[in-house]
Formats: sequence, C-alpha cells, structure tokens
Amino acid sequence: MMRLGYFPGCSLLGTAREYDESLRAISHKTGIELFEIPDWNCCGASAAHCINHDLSLALPARILALAEKEKLEEILVPCAACFNRLDVVRHELISDEKLRQRISGIIEMDFQGNIKVINIIEALSRIPSDGLKEQILKPFQYTVACYYGCLLVRPPKIVNFDRAEDPQIMDDVMKKIGADTIDWAYKVECCGAGFSVSRTDIVAKLSGKIIKDAVQRGAEAIIVACPMCHSNLDMRRSEIERLEGRKYSIPVLYITQAIGLALGISNKKLGLHRHIVPVKLPLKVKTVVEKEFVPTAKAEEE
Amino acid sequence: MAGESNHHNGDKTLSVRIYEQVNESVFRCYQCGKCSAGCPLSEDMDYPPSQLMRMLQLETPEVEANILRSYTIWLCLTCETCIARCPQEVDIPKIMDFLRSESLRRKKVHPSAKDIISFHKSFLDSIKYTGRLHEVGLIAGYKFRTYHLLKDLPVAPKLFLRGKLKLFPHFIKGKSVISRIFTKTFREYKGKEAEK
Ligand code: SF4
Ligand code: SF4
Repeated sequence: MMRLGYFPGCSLLGTAREYDESLRAISHKTGIELFEIPDWNCCGASAAHCINHDLSLALPARILALAEKEKLEEILVPCAACFNRLDVVRHELISDEKLRQRISGIIEMDFQGNIKVINIIEALSRIPSDGLKEQILKPFQYTVACYYGCLLVRPPKIVNFDRAEDPQIMDDVMKKIGADTIDWAYKVECCGAGFSVSRTDIVAKLSGKIIKDAVQRGAEAIIVACPMCHSNLDMRRSEIERLEGRKYSIPVLYITQAIGLALGISNKKLGLHRHIVPVKLPLKVKTVVEKEFVPTAKAEEE
Repeated sequence: MAGESNHHNGDKTLSVRIYEQVNESVFRCYQCGKCSAGCPLSEDMDYPPSQLMRMLQLETPEVEANILRSYTIWLCLTCETCIARCPQEVDIPKIMDFLRSESLRRKKVHPSAKDIISFHKSFLDSIKYTGRLHEVGLIAGYKFRTYHLLKDLPVAPKLFLRGKLKLFPHFIKGKSVISRIFTKTFREYKGKEAEK
C-alpha cells in the first residue's frame, strides 16, 4: 500500500466530482491509500497569483503545513493546477528562509518544507505493472490521445517530473492498461485554462485545436489529468463546435476513469454519466479506426 | 544595469523593482523570440512576450505606462510555455504576475481586461469567507460584477442534472484563519504601495 496525503481541491467537490469519485474507486485495487488533509482550503488558483503574490503563497502554504502536521511525507494532488501551485510554492518557500518565516507567520502555522507534492500521473506510474495486470478485467483497448496540458510538466526546473516537450509517463500508464497512444502535436499545449468563463472565445479556439488534432490522428478518446482541461474540452464542446463549424463526438476521460474501466468498475461509480459529451467508446474487437468528420453547417457568427 | 534616474518622479524603474521583488532580470533576455513563437496567445496580445521584455529593458516612463496598460499582461494564462523554452530561463510568468498587481495597484488597467479581473476578484471573494471555492457563488458573483447575465445559461441546467453544481458553500473550520490571511496579505499589498 502506498499511503498518500490527499488534497482534492475545490473543483473535485463540484464540477469535477467524477475525478474524485473515480480516483477513490480505483484506489483500493491499485494499492493507493488516501488520507484526506483535514480542513484543507482552496489553493487560490490563478486568481490569487494574478492579483496578490503573498496571498498566492499563503493559501497553498497552509495546505502544505496541515499535511506536515499529519506527519505525511507525500501529498497527492490530482488537479494539475493545484499541483502546480503547491509545488511551486513549496519550492519558493524552501529556497528563501526569510520568506518561509514570513509566510508561516501569516498562516499561523509553521511550514517546514519537508513534504513532497506529487501529481496523479506520478502516483499511478508507481503501481507495479505485474500487480496491475492481474487486476485488469477489460483491457482498455482504444487508441487514445494523452493530453498533459501545461501544468503537469511545467515549469520543468521545479516540477521536474517528465520531459517538458514530449512527456511520456501518462502514455506509459495508458499502455499498461491496454491502450494505444498516439503521437501528436498538442500534448502540452494550453487549453485556455482559467478563461473558461471570462474569455470563453479563447478557450474555444485553443481547445478546438487540441480536439481537432487528436481526432485527425485517429484518437478515440482524449485522456486528461486536470479538471480545467476536462471542463474546457468537455463542458465547452458546443462552443468549440460552433467555432470549428463541425461536430466532434470524441469523449474526454480522466485517466482514473480509464483505469477504472479496465479494472471492471461500473460507469456509474466512475462518474461517466456526469460528462457533457457522452462516453461512447466503439465496441471492440480491434477495428480500423474510422476518423470522424461530420461537417455541419458552417458557423455564421464571425 | 537598470538606471533609476530615467523617471522624473524618482520612482524606481519597473525592471529594477522586478529584480528586487521577484528576483528576475529582464536584461537576460536577448530577444531570440522563442517565447513569442510558443505563446498560445501571442496573436491576441497587444505586445507578444518578447516585445514586452524589450519594452521593460527600455525603462522609459512612457513605455512603462504602456506596459502597465497592456492587454498582454491580463491575457497571459501562466501556461509556462515561454519559460520552459527560453534559452535564458527568463521567468516571464512571474514577471507577468508582478506587472498585473502593479497595474491594478496603479489603476492603469487595460479596459478590455475588466471581465478577466472581475473573474479573479469574484474567485477570491468566494474563498475569503468560506475557505473553499464555491463554483455557483463564483459564477453568481462574476455575473453580478459584469452584468453578463445570460452568458452560460444553457450549460448550467446540464451541469445541475449531472450533479455538478453544489448550491450551498462548504465552510471550513479554519475559515477565520483564511479571512485573516486575506487581511494580512492585502495589508502588505497596500503597504508596498504606500512605500512607493
Ligand atoms: S525566449 Fe527568453 S531570451 Fe528569447 S525573447 Fe523570450 S524572454 Fe527573451
Ligand atoms: S505563460 Fe503567458 S506569456 Fe508565457 S507562453 Fe504562456 S500565455 Fe504566453
């Protein structure tokens, strides 16, 4: 058993609750024991660091200090955006003693800096493949595009976890459960992140390019590890389709959901019914991939 | 190095303050342009990132005013592509963070950035008193601030049906600590302004 502190983050309680549900559903079979940080707070996300630097350090520092108080050595942060904030803040505070003391004063707790922050891919990649093999009931034999997005691999100096330009770890995990992964151009491109509400047009443009490339290269599903990537590619699908002037039916799954399916866990437990784009995977015995190009009326607006 | 006398009112230049406060030197940039080539939003920005770096190097009050009034600093998504590719490892996202607070503090914000800033502020409001983000509260606050009342209406019932919208916020036990963290960090923030 791998015992990990667990910081779900706010979106996993709301719009991304299926990410939390599917992680909890697979944790036992994959040998991960989750210990939720008691009374955790929001990390402040991009709002805090865009507006007030000290606040953007203090909010994550409290979470890390709470985890240290529980004597945890590692904290698993499934949301890529929270992961990035926590890891960057940890790095910033341990490399500046004066800052560490000042922020500890602000949060009224002593942050010492001996906790390690890990993301979901790192945790999943530690599962020994022979252990996993026995558990797999329905190999996930689909062609998938592993989409890492920005924050799992950047900034490389700090998160220092996989190649920043063409990362492989998520691909490796997906191969272990039976998937074929495509080589594509948008693995680490930005989806528009936090502009989902304030600049939906930008999200549609950036996420549209990602979906288009995945589909053109024959992917049957896009695999993600970030609630923002998921909501931009899934919840914003109709805006994307309007901009691109065509329909896309490719589903977007959290990596934990794909693993859950391979382990034979029910769709319901994995929260697949919560997606906006229905998760319809083609029936397999492996067939030749059909590319989806269903042209619709070209969008008139603009 | 950066001169301090270019500014008639004796203010330090932005590049000096960036160096002092976030420990980044804009003078490391040698204008290779890789950041602008990889930035997903270059084409939407008024100045692509490499140009913004060059402007910071110039250190004249007029150019600095344009930097703080630029749309670029608000469009930057902190995707970190630029720093990952920069041969000089200039931490542009960190510099952008500094410029955003500075632009807010000096009230020099680009008019089109209003919605983006309203979103950030509504986000922070939502966590200030409860400790965690409440998405419904965030959207309500944002709509109240911007009057974009009808946008996003079609997606809301779909989310609700899928059990994704929580109507009521969760209050953490340490919520008073969170409020104090806000008070203290915003006091510092205003204090820095007074110093200048
Ligand atoms: S990539 Fe770095 S050195 Fe090149 S223009 Fe951008 S900031 Fe300057
Ligand atoms: S961090 Fe900002 S400036 Fe840098 S590439 Fe991303 S959006 Fe562009």
